[in-house]
Amino acid sequence: MQSKTEIQRPVSNIFIVSSIIAALFLNGLPWSGIGLMLRPDFVALVLLYWCMHKPLRIGIGLSWAVGIFADVSDATLFGQHALAYTLLAFGGVVLHRRLQMFGLRQQTIQVFGIFALTYAVYLMVNWQVNGYVVWPYLLGCVTSTLLWMPLSVMFNAIRQHSLDRNRP
Amino acid sequence: MIDNTQSLQFFNRGPSPVARLVFFSVLSLLLLFVDARYRYLESTRSALSVLISPIQRLSTMPNSLWQKAGDFFITQNRQHELIKQNDELQLQHQRDAAQLLQLQSLEKENQHLRSLDALPIRNQLKTQVAEIIYAERDVFRRKVLVNKGADTDVKLGEVVMDDVGIVGQITRVYPWLSEVTLITEKDQAVPVQVLRNGLRTIVFGAGDTSQLSLRYMPASADVQNGDVLVTSGIDGTYPPGIPVAKVIKIEHDSAYPFLNVTCLPIAGVDNHRHLLILSSFSKLPSRPDEKTRADNSGNRVKFRKSN
Repeated sequence: MQSKTEIQRPVSNIFIVSSIIAALFLNGLPWSGIGLMLRPDFVALVLLYWCMHKPLRIGIGLSWAVGIFADVSDATLFGQHALAYTLLAFGGVVLHRRLQMFGLRQQTIQVFGIFALTYAVYLMVNWQVNGYVVWPYLLGCVTSTLLWMPLSVMFNAIRQHSLDRNRP
Repeated sequence: MIDNTQSLQFFNRGPSPVARLVFFSVLSLLLLFVDARYRYLESTRSALSVLISPIQRLSTMPNSLWQKAGDFFITQNRQHELIKQNDELQLQHQRDAAQLLQLQSLEKENQHLRSLDALPIRNQLKTQVAEIIYAERDVFRRKVLVNKGADTDVKLGEVVMDDVGIVGQITRVYPWLSEVTLITEKDQAVPVQVLRNGLRTIVFGAGDTSQLSLRYMPASADVQNGDVLVTSGIDGTYPPGIPVAKVIKIEHDSAYPFLNVTCLPIAGVDNHRHLLILSSFSKLPSRPDEKTRADNSGNRVKFRKSN
């Protein structure tokens, strides 16, 4: 059975919400030391995926709201994650047609740009507030990008699977 | 006539992405500013933290399960190690008990002397044990979250220590959690005295390393390598006489009028899981001007931000 094109593959709200909660959970695991430096931002990954694939469902506003929750759970200043995720979602929503034309490998390169921008904004806010920059933090942007392909493949497969199962 | 330069919109999808981007970015920046400067949003934060706390608690479970599993295997396989550890602890306990007896007699003596001198008697410390649930969630900051919050009467500004010295200060209280800012956080200030000669000064966190520094020490100040800094108790936030840091390096650049003094915290700031929260240790006579005192106690917590 040939897989259906992107636009026809529906997705349930439950899947979207639970994926975001799972991402918050993964971000909340007690990472420390070098693990914390290398920690990919799972929430950013999941948000970007949904902004790219369902831009009418998960857009800039909802990403901002998730960012506020991330701020609370990370005990950062209000608006720090929210600002970064707003930019991320904007990148995803505006570029979603272009990104979907590419294969996963080319997507990864473009996604790296979006992540780099997001991380740079986050870092800049920190620099303004705290007065110093922790450069190794940018490593997280590389690990996030590396996770893009596995995550896309996994989510696409889950969506395809639920589509096949629901077919009469 | 239809304007061909604009594409037709068949469906109303609300404001354009650019408009949304601008709106939410400005909103975020506004929130950032308000939160960093005025801290008006603490009640909102604790309300939202109730929603997010199930996820947070879930996130700590793998870690605590891992520890429990580790404990289980220790009890299974390493009985002799446990016995050895137990013996060591017993010895330690005996040594401590002897010191404690001495301390008690000293305390009596001190009380007596103080009453002779009509000085106010220092209060007993009230402590509660808290466990760290998150350590340094953020690469940028030296903060931990502990499992005691407003429900066990933790208050803003209370002092947190381990068994050997000061670890930090409570800077945010949630319903079931509270946030401890470690003394190594950038610009976190602790009023201290040099134990050897009683020199009063203030020690600041360095932020990007686990070190502390003394600022504005004149080049002639009597500070030596290995000096122990203890809290001075001035200002009533920190109880007096608790070890804070040890001087490890003193540099003097002749182009600069101050010494560059680097210290290491004595407490295992980055090590332990269990911490003590000290409360209600000081009843200072109120300052002449009530307003300035209120301002000061607020400023202490905000100090880092205003810098």
